[in-house]
Amino acid sequence: MPTVSVGRDRLFAALGRTYTQEEFEDLCFSFGIELDDVTTEKAIIRKEKHLEEEADEDEEVIYKIEIPANRYDLLCLEGLAQALRVFNKQEDTPQYSIRNISKESMLKMHVKPETSQIRPYIVCAVLRGITFDEASYNSFIDLQDKLHQNICRRRTLVAIGTHDLDTLKGPFSYEALPPSSISFVPLKQVKNFRADELMEFYKSDMKLKKFLHIIENSPVFPVIYDSQRTVVSLPPIINGAHSAITLKTKNVLIECTATDLTKAKIVLNTMVATFSSYCEKKYEVEPVEVIYSNGESFICPDLSLYNMEVSLSYVNDSIGATLKAEEVTSLLNRMQLSAKHTVPDEGPCNITVSVPPTRSDVLHPCDVMEDVAIAYGYNNIPKRKPASLKPLPLNQLTDLIRLEIGMNGFTEVLTWLLCSHKENFAMLNRNDDGSAVIISNPRSSDFEVVRTSLMPGILKTIGHNKDHPKPIKIYEVGDIALLDVEKDVGATNRRLFAALYCGANSGFELIHGLVDRLMEVIGVPFVPAGDNTGYYIERSNEPEFLSGRQASIISKGKQIGHFGIVHPEVLKNFDITDPCSFVSLNIENFLDF
Amino acid sequence: MAEEAILGFLESHAEIADSGEFAAQHGIDHNEVVNVIKSLHGFRYIDAQDIKRETWVLTEEGKTYAEAGSPEVQLFLAVPPEGISREELQKRLDPSVFKIGTAQAGKNKWVEMGKQISRKVQHVDDKVKDMLTRIKDGQCIDADNIKALKARKLITPQTWKGYSVKRGPNYAPKRKKAATDLTRENIQRGDWRELEFKEYNFSAKGPPAEGGHIHPLLKVRQQLKNIFLYMGFEEMPTNNFVESSFWNFDALFQPQQHPARDSHDTFFLKVPSTTRELPEDYVERVKRVHESGGYQSRGYGYEWKRDEANKNLLRTHTTAVSTRMLYLLAQKPFEPKKYFSIDRVFRNEAVDRTHLAEFHQIEGLVCDRGLTLGDLIGVLHDFFSRIGMSKLRFKPAYNPYTEPSMEIFSYHEGLGKWVEIGNSGMFRPEMLLPMGLPEDVRVIAWGLSLERPTMILYGIDNIRDLFGHKVDLGLIKKNPICRLGIN
Repeated sequence: MPTVSVGRDRLFAALGRTYTQEEFEDLCFSFGIELDDVTTEKAIIRKEKHLEEEADEDEEVIYKIEIPANRYDLLCLEGLAQALRVFNKQEDTPQYSIRNISKESMLKMHVKPETSQIRPYIVCAVLRGITFDEASYNSFIDLQDKLHQNICRRRTLVAIGTHDLDTLKGPFSYEALPPSSISFVPLKQVKNFRADELMEFYKSDMKLKKFLHIIENSPVFPVIYDSQRTVVSLPPIINGAHSAITLKTKNVLIECTATDLTKAKIVLNTMVATFSSYCEKKYEVEPVEVIYSNGESFICPDLSLYNMEVSLSYVNDSIGATLKAEEVTSLLNRMQLSAKHTVPDEGPCNITVSVPPTRSDVLHPCDVMEDVAIAYGYNNIPKRKPASLKPLPLNQLTDLIRLEIGMNGFTEVLTWLLCSHKENFAMLNRNDDGSAVIISNPRSSDFEVVRTSLMPGILKTIGHNKDHPKPIKIYEVGDIALLDVEKDVGATNRRLFAALYCGANSGFELIHGLVDRLMEVIGVPFVPAGDNTGYYIERSNEPEFLSGRQASIISKGKQIGHFGIVHPEVLKNFDITDPCSFVSLNIENFLDF
Repeated sequence: MAEEAILGFLESHAEIADSGEFAAQHGIDHNEVVNVIKSLHGFRYIDAQDIKRETWVLTEEGKTYAEAGSPEVQLFLAVPPEGISREELQKRLDPSVFKIGTAQAGKNKWVEMGKQISRKVQHVDDKVKDMLTRIKDGQCIDADNIKALKARKLITPQTWKGYSVKRGPNYAPKRKKAATDLTRENIQRGDWRELEFKEYNFSAKGPPAEGGHIHPLLKVRQQLKNIFLYMGFEEMPTNNFVESSFWNFDALFQPQQHPARDSHDTFFLKVPSTTRELPEDYVERVKRVHESGGYQSRGYGYEWKRDEANKNLLRTHTTAVSTRMLYLLAQKPFEPKKYFSIDRVFRNEAVDRTHLAEFHQIEGLVCDRGLTLGDLIGVLHDFFSRIGMSKLRFKPAYNPYTEPSMEIFSYHEGLGKWVEIGNSGMFRPEMLLPMGLPEDVRVIAWGLSLERPTMILYGIDNIRDLFGHKVDLGLIKKNPICRLGIN
């Protein structure tokens, strides 16, 4: 994206009001440009030279503004300010006109056939009675630079030359000659150079050396002469010193030589449209006739409006709005597109848009539709939510935890929710605490209660896998049911995670490490006991675990689970002959993070 | 032996007042007693209180004198009653004994010093040796003598450490075996009941868990993929890095002079340098729309070059794949589609904290009749609110293949400002109509990098810490689960 630097105070003067930075940023945002940086001329120099001086209070503030790459008309203060004034409804889009002069009195540019070998196209125009001040003069030079950098693709496609017309005498000729036969004093030099020597000379010129490749290896160089054989320009490298423009210049000849005629016309239109505002007759441009050796000729610049028919329904259907034709035309006017609409008795309503020469970016009705949307405000368009699905967060979290534990080398088991009363309580050294959902008509003693912990299922799995090589590392993430007076039915589910290690040793430390890992993947930090910002481990005294080797897990001040060496009596109850360590915790606590 | 003595003694006594005395009384080395006290204290069988005492011990010099007698006495005894010449005496004694002995014996007026050395008294007592022997035996001597011996560097102070001991909360006359773990043998033997566990340190973390870890960026990709699937999008085949300029640029109505097509921005290929084939009738329509427009467009008005379109490159965006998919869609009777992809793209850029030469692009597109900007805004709200960005606004922007184009900004609570998070728009008719899609079909699309939201999510400010060979493996391991799309 190109960036233009403009003096803030000059910009505000041109906009007819001042803005706070925030207000200006909002204006930029809605128009589709961006205030990229706020700096000062001196700060830029300091940065370049790596100086660390204090800033002066009175330094002129510079706004660096990012411009969409296809909006060449916004590449200088004049164009930018005009676009924003029109957007703010402070003024109408200017009407550009071609000075009405006879073909005989028109300046002529004769194009020699040899130019087709190197740079075949030229377009020209004249600005009469211009008044520069220092700021507008600098802006005039800067705009050429910006255009050269952007649409001109570093002068390969188009090169601009501007000249003090009063130092020259038409008709002009655009030729292509061997370098050795071209000789002149180039801009900013006092000495006469032959074109081939000049190329050598510029090899050490930081600014110009990057353009030399465009013509360097050609047997002929493009060159523009006036009727006195004064070299006007050696495009795309340098102008002649003779016709250099100054602050005092009144009449300006602008020529654009090119390998791409469409872009040459856009560049010329941008230059004349922007700076005709400083002419005696505002927005009026004097034409030049370009004559080819085969007798073909055309008059440039072409400042005519391009008319585009856009149907109202296309605009509304694309945006998703229900704007009336008058609304659309007034929105378009704010984007410098003058528009009229037909008033049909029946049938579709059409809008005729007159695209000015400055808006080369408007190629298709979709560009007009976009401008309506911008002026209407993207953020005012009612949104239409598509049909889509939302997964259950608890199940998503469950799946992520299941994968993490699996990656830690544990094998997943899926056990029954139903178990015997004994398995759920007595065999775990627990008394019936009245927490379990009890089945009234169990077919067998295996299905008496809904489990209140994952422990019975996991221990039964170990008990039935005696021959499996040790150690065994298994886990399960699943629900239990608990009585709950808050619920209409009197019971509620809880989502638990449990894991067990079984081997020659208890694996207590390994289970402790697994607890740490689980908390790490959940994103809860380990903290000292009593700290409620993370988790810590506290000695516990639960009957299913061995005393001295069991603990509670406290996360954010809440006890969420336990781990420990399974009590040998419990192991015996489940017919397990190897020591085991077990962890269980409630993962619903990890949902709201 | 010391352990039994201590625990046994405490069974009938309230206290051991001084471990030093206790050791002496029981004929046990004090060091052994101290070690046992420390261990029993650790298991809280006993409570031990420190005792400190200043005592004096002999220096090396002091030890020799305690054995052989003080140098002055040695000298005195070497002087025969008839006297002796200085030279002769010197020969009979060790040089340091002679030197110190002459000085001390002279000071004590025991001998007459001169060329000839003779006794001045007939009998002397070796008090120095006596005092050194007493100190060695742990007896006390008076302060003046201490001072004198200290001045002669024959003794030096030493701090003696011992304990006074009482019963502790776990006191038992006999210690149980301290276990660190419950083993299979404990269960088999049934001796687990006897086990006394060593204190476990719950204020330290457990040993690091052994296991594998998934890359953080791909965790995010997985979650985003899920989000797209829940939104009804199907995944595009993006496993093709090499692309032609035609599908990467021309088919997207991106003019051949566009700066993105500079070698400064795009990796072009030496091998394979050009594409072998393109769909010719489609190429013809693309050429026409660039040069002179059509489909209600003015076109760009330049001479379109086939050579430029044939140039191969590493795709600069996955939109090259979207273009191929839309072209395929246009070859059949129309059906609406929702497509997504998350895959690698390439830019010829200098690598720095926020840029890499390759990164991942997330892309979503919806292709249907009658789509509006309102649909685009709606689908963006749906997508971004699922990744925790529900406050959005849109800025007009320019992109050669979308019109309208909208930059997506999200309000970042942490930074307190609006941050650009992606780009979106409606594909231009000049892109869609040459493919052969029906005129009322519109395509809305959006794109963003995978790295940027991930960096915001995990607070990473250098992209090289997230992706590539310079990442810290420790950070990959520590990385938590990705909750995108959960809450």
